[in-house]
Amino acid sequence: MDRRSLVVLSAGLGQPSSTRLLADRLAASAVEALAGRGVGTDVTVVEIRDVARDLADHLVANATSPALRHALDAVASADAVVAVTPVFAASYSGLFKTFVDALDRDALTDVPVVVGATAGTQRHSLVLEHAMRPLFAHLRALVLPTAVFAAPEDWGGDAGPAGASRSGDALSTRVDRAAGQLADVVAGRPARRPHDPFDDAPSFADLLSGR
Amino acid sequence: MQFGVFTVGDVTPDPTTGRTPTEGERIAAMVAIARKAEEVGLDVFASGEHHNEPFVPSSPTTMLGYVAAQTERLLLSTATTLITTNDPVKIAEDYAMLQHLSGGRVDLTMGRGNTGPVYPWFGKDIRDGIPLAIENYALLRRLWTEDVVDWEGRFRTPLQSFTSTPRPLDGVPPFVWHGSIRSPEIAEQAAYYGDGFFANHIFWPKEHFIRLVDFYRRRYEHYGHGSADQAVVGLGGQVFVRKNSQDAVREFRPYFDNAPVYGHGPSLEEFTEHTPLTVGSPQEVIDKTLTFREHFGDYQRQLFLIDHAGLPLHVVLEQMEILGAEVVPVLRREMDLMRPAHVPDAPTHASRVAARDAAAAAPDAAVAPAAATVA
Repeated sequence: MDRRSLVVLSAGLGQPSSTRLLADRLAASAVEALAGRGVGTDVTVVEIRDVARDLADHLVANATSPALRHALDAVASADAVVAVTPVFAASYSGLFKTFVDALDRDALTDVPVVVGATAGTQRHSLVLEHAMRPLFAHLRALVLPTAVFAAPEDWGGDAGPAGASRSGDALSTRVDRAAGQLADVVAGRPARRPHDPFDDAPSFADLLSGR
Repeated sequence: MQFGVFTVGDVTPDPTTGRTPTEGERIAAMVAIARKAEEVGLDVFASGEHHNEPFVPSSPTTMLGYVAAQTERLLLSTATTLITTNDPVKIAEDYAMLQHLSGGRVDLTMGRGNTGPVYPWFGKDIRDGIPLAIENYALLRRLWTEDVVDWEGRFRTPLQSFTSTPRPLDGVPPFVWHGSIRSPEIAEQAAYYGDGFFANHIFWPKEHFIRLVDFYRRRYEHYGHGSADQAVVGLGGQVFVRKNSQDAVREFRPYFDNAPVYGHGPSLEEFTEHTPLTVGSPQEVIDKTLTFREHFGDYQRQLFLIDHAGLPLHVVLEQMEILGAEVVPVLRREMDLMRPAHVPDAPTHASRVAARDAAAAAPDAAVAPAAATVA
């Protein structure tokens, strides 16, 4: 079976966290959708809270710990990414953004990404459109049309028509739709060849001629 | 193997007293450090070049010329010379002059500089960093090796019938190292010309620097200058040394915790685990430095950074006494024992003149860099 790598970024702080819960739902649905298209998936979960101190050291001292390096490399070689953040002060969390800041400039170029967010109220749902989508557009990622937001009522409202009517489509429906879009893109393209700064270094002839 | 010290020339308050040295005091301290380097038997003193506060060494050849007059044996170098924002014509002239004044005790390490505003202050753009380094250095080499140069490029006004004066001492330009902490392009440049490559591997993780140096070695061989293990490698490293390890840690910790580059970040213990920084006894410095050879192969030059983080001059000079008496002699002996016979020492003016003369006597025996294949 053809295989692809999926990296799940979760910036939840609680343990357990609803952000991680949403990230896992998206990942599980993506694995299933890809299996349905004949593609196996290797999932790597990056809990950003686990490298929170490493990120601070990276910022102030240019120090990249082995754990942070491992996480950054996983993203830079991923065929697909699920990125989920809690909403803090009307945007993605600072910790989530700090991780994204640490990525190499080309780490997500052309990579399909499903974005998700969680918050204490549905009033924050547009964070996905005014913060997350532009952030990943800046990184030249391929952000899929369906972004998934989960407020507290989504975790209870799935089963009944009342919940569905309050929040539009039920959470599971939105999760599956996003995962299906991700799977269509990933299954339809070859596995990613990770960028290697040494293998891809220009020869001196190219440097000298300004190519 | 060459051992020495390099200085950034930062004016940093001493965190234990709150006192900031004056620029004059800092400049005098740099000269004192250079003189001490010769006195304790080190081989090299290298000065940074900066054009912004809080750094004082904006005019390296003025300082190195002054040091040259007060020393007899010490090699004078840079860490680094800004190949991007300096006019290559001025570099050619300044360092050829320094060569003559110092009797050939000069080499240079080229660097791009990473301070954004410095580029526009000199009429350049930091986004052109690599193309500037490539074009300026190509011109610099021609100015040193060709008596009359016609030249036109992208970044500098053209030259017609230009002769850079004085001509290099004995017709042999200073040896050049290229320093980089990130860019394979600069390692490629160093390899193409058969120049040295200096890795100030102070950041994590070391694996990146190992790949960078390996890449340089591979490309050095590719361009026909010798085998990969004959490529000319220099490494940085920071040390704070006392007779007893505990004393070193206790004394250095407030300097580390408040240091401009890495302070308020990782702990001293984490930093020493992952970087070349060694805080400890002479034996610990020896052991740690010997691991550099394991990671990077036999190399030609080891420079220590010892005057950073606001350390007072008398402490820096004490460090140098210990380095000269207890650390470097052991490292010299150990490194020399382990180095295979076919791995050369770092080039000096004398060895380069001899190599030039030998090549002239037997023109088929040597491959001049200009004849190397571009691929």
